[in-house]
Amino acid sequence: MFIEKWLEAFGRYLILMSRTFSVPERFRMFWKQYVKEMSQLGVDSIGIVLLISFFIGAVICIQMKVNIESPWMPRWVAGYTTREIMLLEFSSSIMCLILAGKVGSSIASELGTMRVTQQIDALEIMGVNSASYLILPKILGLLTLMPFLVIFSSATGILGAYGTAYIGHIIAPDDLTVGLQHDFVPWFLWMSIIKSQFFAFIISSVPAYFGYTVEGGSVGVGKSSTDAVVTSSVLILFSDVFLTQLLS
Amino acid sequence: MIEVRDLYKRFEDKEVLRGISTVFENGKTNLIIGQSGSGKTVLMKNLVGLLTPTSGQVLYDGRDFVAMSKHEQVMMRREMGMIFQSAALFDSLSVLENVMFPLDMFSDMTQRERQRRAMDCLDRVNLVGAEQKYPGEISGGMQKRVAIARAIALNPKYLFCDEPNSGLDPKTSLVIDELLHGITHEFQMTTIINTHDMNSVMGIGENIIFIYEGQKEWQGVSSQIMDSDNRRLTDFIFASDLLKEMRQAIRKETTA
Repeated sequence: MFIEKWLEAFGRYLILMSRTFSVPERFRMFWKQYVKEMSQLGVDSIGIVLLISFFIGAVICIQMKVNIESPWMPRWVAGYTTREIMLLEFSSSIMCLILAGKVGSSIASELGTMRVTQQIDALEIMGVNSASYLILPKILGLLTLMPFLVIFSSATGILGAYGTAYIGHIIAPDDLTVGLQHDFVPWFLWMSIIKSQFFAFIISSVPAYFGYTVEGGSVGVGKSSTDAVVTSSVLILFSDVFLTQLLS
Repeated sequence: MIEVRDLYKRFEDKEVLRGISTVFENGKTNLIIGQSGSGKTVLMKNLVGLLTPTSGQVLYDGRDFVAMSKHEQVMMRREMGMIFQSAALFDSLSVLENVMFPLDMFSDMTQRERQRRAMDCLDRVNLVGAEQKYPGEISGGMQKRVAIARAIALNPKYLFCDEPNSGLDPKTSLVIDELLHGITHEFQMTTIINTHDMNSVMGIGENIIFIYEGQKEWQGVSSQIMDSDNRRLTDFIFASDLLKEMRQAIRKETTA
């Protein structure tokens, strides 16, 4: 029964995506929506990404220094592990989990409200492909800005680590710098960006599905918003395992 | 002209429309009336393609809408305008942008021409001066008028209105009725209005279809309602004691 329900939902999701990925009716209108979505979903998320990344970078550095470092470990190990954790997991996966909450609920509630107030029906009656008009700019907008968010997140996390060195005096800045530069693998940055692209697609398309297909009134919108965040978070975690295995 | 032939619509085990056949005439305000749950909204949704009939035909000037391909239906919809019960204006767009939306999407006019056309439509519904406001900043009656302006922006051949007077005071309802009636005659559109409002029925009903439990029970014009012997129709229209008394008084006057 559960599998049947899940398969039905997956089929409906695929049908919605096939409608979404069609040539826009008016590029002028698509471009306007695309820029708006980049601003709303991407640029407006920069603040929270920077804030969380800064403090997580600082905390990771402190934890590594306090709990990992020992006389048998090199002094740069805290800087090295902070960089690797930020780059490999936090700035892609964990940051996307946070964005699934912020961006995902916003997409699901926006589209859900449009559905229950018949705004989507109004688009359909006009002869507009509402799925393409509303969802495609969101997916492409987030895919476009996600690499920047990943880079900003990693950079700010490292700034947070420097904060513990210069302000908290937890670690010597020189040791931190040596650790951050030690054995750097550029592929890890690309891996982080590639992973984030998959997650960006999940964060934008899954809540769009939940919002677009909402039934009922405000209760339905609230439920779709919660379901969207939970489902996209679970999907991010599952796909993180496979992507990490595949790309490592 | 829109012709409906033997239309059925079933939801799982419930048959909502049961063999409706009727004609909605061009250049007239066609009203669909009936009790809540009688199938009025389902009928309208079948007409505009938001629902697919279980069987039957919907003919737009002889072209079968149900048998059309998806692409043909999309093209056909560009000849339709619809006013929803909730107005369904786009929250994020201003009044002017809402009216310009169909023009932006489908017309090849320049920006200035589109703006002028939208302002003409707003002028037609007496909303000049409100163009920079957002839907949340205007009253329900104004929202309905914006919806009318948006619906007529592309000069549609067919105009659908789902309970356009719901939630409005009687005076504003009359304004909306007069607007719809005037626009229908001015642009020679086929207008179909789904309503519960008895003022609308008696005031602008040029072709009234009464639906009862998914079937067409009665069809005629407003002047025929007073003399109708159809019990279900008269029970529905003259539901209150006051209206019953008024009807009896008018009938007495006419016979005297």
